[in-house]
Amino acid sequence: MADKTAMRSLLLHVAVIGVLLALNFVLPEYHRGVFSRILVLAVFAMGYNLLFGYCGLLSLGHAMFFAAGLYGAGLTVYHLDWGVAAGFAAGIMAGATLALAIGLLALRTTGVAFMIVTLMFSQVFYLTTLYFTTWTRGEEGLVLRQDVRQLGLGGVSLDLSDPATRYFVALALFAVVLFATLAIARAPLGRVLVAIRENEERTRMLGYDVFANKLAAVVLSGLFCAAAGAAYALLFGYVGSSFAAIQYSILPLLWVLLGGAATTLGPLVGTLFMFYVIDIASGFTSAYMLVVGVALIVLVLFFPRGIVGAIRERWLPWLP
Amino acid sequence: MAAVKPLLAVRDVHKSFDGLTAVDGVDFDLPAGEIRAIIGPNGAGKTTFVNLVCGRVMPDSGQVLFAGEDITHLPAHARVRRGIAYTFQITSVFTQLSVYDNVALSVQRTLIDHKERGESRFSAADLRRGVDHALERVGLSDRSAMPAGELAYGHQRLLELAMGLALKPRLLILDEPTQGLSDSEIEGFGVLVREIAADATVLLIEHNMPVVMALAHRITVMDQGRVLAEGSPDEIRANADVQHAYLGVSGDA
Repeated sequence: MADKTAMRSLLLHVAVIGVLLALNFVLPEYHRGVFSRILVLAVFAMGYNLLFGYCGLLSLGHAMFFAAGLYGAGLTVYHLDWGVAAGFAAGIMAGATLALAIGLLALRTTGVAFMIVTLMFSQVFYLTTLYFTTWTRGEEGLVLRQDVRQLGLGGVSLDLSDPATRYFVALALFAVVLFATLAIARAPLGRVLVAIRENEERTRMLGYDVFANKLAAVVLSGLFCAAAGAAYALLFGYVGSSFAAIQYSILPLLWVLLGGAATTLGPLVGTLFMFYVIDIASGFTSAYMLVVGVALIVLVLFFPRGIVGAIRERWLPWLP
Repeated sequence: MAAVKPLLAVRDVHKSFDGLTAVDGVDFDLPAGEIRAIIGPNGAGKTTFVNLVCGRVMPDSGQVLFAGEDITHLPAHARVRRGIAYTFQITSVFTQLSVYDNVALSVQRTLIDHKERGESRFSAADLRRGVDHALERVGLSDRSAMPAGELAYGHQRLLELAMGLALKPRLLILDEPTQGLSDSEIEGFGVLVREIAADATVLLIEHNMPVVMALAHRITVMDQGRVLAEGSPDEIRANADVQHAYLGVSGDA
């Protein structure tokens, strides 16, 4: 029975990737660009979901991990002339290292205190990017030229500013993080994280070091978010401090809540949904944030577990 | 007999909370293989005492030795990995998780430990086998896919026990395990505890005197943070101090 469920959910995830792959060939140019962006931001949401959805830790500072990846890649490529691959690695390392340091400090708190501490650290990060305007150019940001956004792969050079290449690279990163999330959710680590979310003391009395497991969740979460940030810098060529601002700490929370916390596909669905609600609403009215607000309220009222969470609850209990 | 080292030895532990003394100089030896009951009136310090043993509470002074090693300063999770399992007084299974996943948390703990000691590799098949075995022992096999929160109360207590068992503990601490169970459930529980005692030492806090008298090899009576008496069920029944402090003056509570 468990094997059948595992096979079914694996097939579903492969099918989702297949559909996204096919969309590259059928989507109009504008929507293909939107989808590339959504795929990268969904990686950010998946990173957030690992900590918030599975482990139950609500951070209000994840913009710093996204921005660590963004700047880790952006600054090394812009100022040090590093290649795309090295810049991406630098972004990931920056995010993971920052997450380790923040985790060691912030995990001494829980609940509301954890939210505030993460928020504060993130603000420090944001202000730091403004302070070093000489290198970051602050809000105005850095633009990575097309000629530095070339990924050399065994003699072939991929132009990351080309729409199709950009879509494939974004999808590849999305697929890797999606399957990593699925693997973690099913692995002993995923079970322990959920157990910590449900009852920390009981988990401890089953022989688990709660702090160490939470720290692992923070680092993995930070790493995924940084991967999204680094990819964003390299694919879209813009590195600005607005990505470190509070707004980008709130957005992943909303995407995950909308799509369904602690579901593997929820982050994608939530990101997609919110992006298009804003996109469509802004076509009709300048008060599009009002439409977003109403949509959020309706969802929270009728689908408190998010879109994928509601589907799982009502129809498909095997959804991971 | 005197040369045998006890599995658990507690030396002169003290613990107070905000000036209120809960445990006041307890010495305690528990030989391997025994079923030991701790009884005493409410507020006697029983729960604080077992919490000192399993590490949920750290002592102000004194020493806790397990299998000859000083574990006084080990955190609770590390003690669990050395073989001290604790089941909660208030049922605290993971209600949102399936029955299977609840037990899997215990089983994967032991499998990870084996792997870290280089004894065997972690395999999904071993995990499944371990969970099935533990659920079978407590008779919950047919409910493994259910969310634990939907189990009847008695079954939640059995699940709690299965989680303790699946840790393969050397010492299993049960804090008021029969609380809220029906008579027939208590009977089944007694059979189970005797089975467990075949390969583990059992320490239980229990208020239900017939259960204590039927199960325990020896009984420790606590009162006001101290050990008042210790002996076989018959000795305890006959002890005048105990009758006075706990069983009621008439002596046949």
